[in-house]
Amino acid sequence: MKEPANNPADLDAMKTAARSIRGRVVEMSHAAKAPHLGSALSCVDILVAAYWGVLRVDPAHPADPARDRFILSKGHAAMALYAALAERGFFAPSLLEEFNRPGGRLAEHPSLGCAPGVEASTGSLGHGLPLGLGMALAQRIQGFPTRVVVLMSDGECQEGSVWEAALFAAAQRLDRVAVVIDYNKWQATGRTDEIMAMNPLAAKWEAFGWTALEVDGHDLAALVDALGRVPDRSGRPLAVVAHTIKGKGVSFMEDDNNWHYRIPTADEVRAARRELGLT
Amino acid sequence: MRNAFAAAITELAAADPRVVLLSGDIGNRLFDPFKARFPDRFFNCGVAEANMTGVAAGMAMCGLRPFTYTIAPFATMRALEQIRLDVCCHNVPVVIVGTGGGWSYASLGPTHHACEDVALLRALPNMIVLCPADAAEVRCAVAAALAQAGPVYLRLGKKGEPAVHQTSPRFVVGRGIVLREGRDACLLGLGPMVATALEAAALLEAAGLSARVVSMHTVKPLDEELLAEAFRRFRLVAVVEEHSRIGGLAGAVAEWLAAQFPPPPGRLVAFGVPDAFFHEAGGQEYARQRCGLTPVQIAQSLLRVAGAAC
Repeated sequence: MKEPANNPADLDAMKTAARSIRGRVVEMSHAAKAPHLGSALSCVDILVAAYWGVLRVDPAHPADPARDRFILSKGHAAMALYAALAERGFFAPSLLEEFNRPGGRLAEHPSLGCAPGVEASTGSLGHGLPLGLGMALAQRIQGFPTRVVVLMSDGECQEGSVWEAALFAAAQRLDRVAVVIDYNKWQATGRTDEIMAMNPLAAKWEAFGWTALEVDGHDLAALVDALGRVPDRSGRPLAVVAHTIKGKGVSFMEDDNNWHYRIPTADEVRAARRELGLT
Repeated sequence: MRNAFAAAITELAAADPRVVLLSGDIGNRLFDPFKARFPDRFFNCGVAEANMTGVAAGMAMCGLRPFTYTIAPFATMRALEQIRLDVCCHNVPVVIVGTGGGWSYASLGPTHHACEDVALLRALPNMIVLCPADAAEVRCAVAAALAQAGPVYLRLGKKGEPAVHQTSPRFVVGRGIVLREGRDACLLGLGPMVATALEAAALLEAAGLSARVVSMHTVKPLDEELLAEAFRRFRLVAVVEEHSRIGGLAGAVAEWLAAQFPPPPGRLVAFGVPDAFFHEAGGQEYARQRCGLTPVQIAQSLLRVAGAAC
C-alpha cells in the first residue's frame, strides 16, 4: 500500500485556527445555551493538530472512500468539532448558527450526516473506538491506506467497551489506528482519578499492547509529531495520552469544572474573546 | 439451524466480497470452511460482544456487510446499546445473528436463555427482526438479511430442529408463510415453534378443530395483511412462540390489534414464556413442558378456549 503524502499546515496557521475555533465555541455555548464548554475547549488543539497537521481529508470530497477517519468519541465536545470542521472548510460557518436550535442540523451531540465531515453519531461514551476499529479493518480488506484517529475523554476510559476494543486492536495489529485521550483530569462531577483509578493511564494502554505516548495536549507540534507516526509499521496501535487543561484558552475557565455545565454570559463571551485576541 | 447458517454465509461470502463474519468466540469448528476460504473476512472477536458489535458497525459504515454471531442473549442484550446506537442509529447493514434463541440452551440455565431478545430488538428503530422456522427458512433468511439496506436481527435455534418445509420456501421479509390451511383457528408460529404449532394443529384436527398454521418468520415489519385477514376469518388466532409473553410476536400482534377499528372478530391467544426466569435443570423439551408449550398442552388449551368461545 502506497502511503499518501502528509502536508501539515504551518504552526502559525494552526495556532490561528485554534484561537478562532475557541472563540466560536464560546459564542456557540452562549448563543445556544449549550453545556460542555470546558470539555470542548480542552480538545481544540487536538482537533487542530489532527485536521490541519495529520488527517488526509479533503473538505471538497468529504465522502472520499480513501479518506482518513476522525471520530469524536467524546461527542459532548461537538461544539469544538463543528467549529473545527467549519474552520477547515467542510461547511460554511453560517451552519454553526443552527447549533442546538429547534429544527437545526447541529445537535448538542454529533449525528452521522448532520454536516459534511462528521463521521459518526456519538454521545454515549465508549462507542468511538470499536467503530474506528471496524473502519480500519474494512479499509484493510478494501485496500485503502486509511488511518483512523479516535478522540476520547479520560472519563470515557472508564467504559468497559474501550478496553474490549483496546485488546482487539492489539490482537488485530491495527497500527493504522490512533487514540487520543483528552486527559484533562476532570469528568462531569469530579476528578477522574478520584472517581476511578485512571493513573497510570499511558501504562494501561502499553499493557494492552499499544504504543503509548504522553504529550502536552496543547502543544500543536508535539501532537502533530505523535499522530504523524501512524502507521509506524510496528503492528501496535498508538495511544496518545494528551495532558490538557479543561477550559483551556480562557483564564477564568481553565481547570474549573463548573464549566462542564455553566453557560457563559455575554460579558464572559466578550472577555474570553478578548483573551483569545479575537475582539 | 446453525449448520444451515454456516453453509449459507459461506456460500454468500463466495458471491459477495463485502460479506464479513465476526464471531464472539463460538462456532469455531462450525466456521472452519468459511475461515479456510475467506481468512481475511473472518474475525474471532473474543468474549467482547460490545466491541464486536461496534466493530461490525464501523465496517458497515465503510461498505462491508458484516454478520455478528454468538449466543442470542450475548449477541443482543450484552451489546444492546451498541446495537441501538452503532448499528440502528447509524442505520447500517449489520446482521446480528443470535444462535440459541429462546430455550435452545435451556439446560445451561437462565444466563443462556434468550426469551426477551425479540422484544428488545424490535423496539429499536430501523431494525428488522427475522425468526426462521427451520433450516430451509434459515438459508432464505440469511440471503434476505444480506439484501437489506439496514440492520437485521436473525434469531436462530440451535441444531436438529424439525423441518417444516420439504422444499425451499418462498421467503419474503414481512410476509408470513402459510404451511397448513384450516377453518376454525389460525396458529402463528415463531421460529422453531412453528413445528410445535404444526403438531398441535394435527392434534386439533383429530379433535375436530381445523387450524391454519403460519410461519411468522418476520416479527418486524409485521405482516399486517395476513393479520387483518386472519382476525377477520378465524375465531381464534393463537401465537406460539418461545419468547416472553411480554413484547414478542404476541406483543407485536396485540399492538397491531389494539390499533384496529372497528376491532376484528378474532380473539388473540398467546402461548409463550411466562414473565419469570427459568431456574430448573432440564433441557428445552422439559422447559417447554413446564410452561405449557408442548403440542398436546397447546392443543388442549386451545380446545378449552374454543369451547368457551362457542
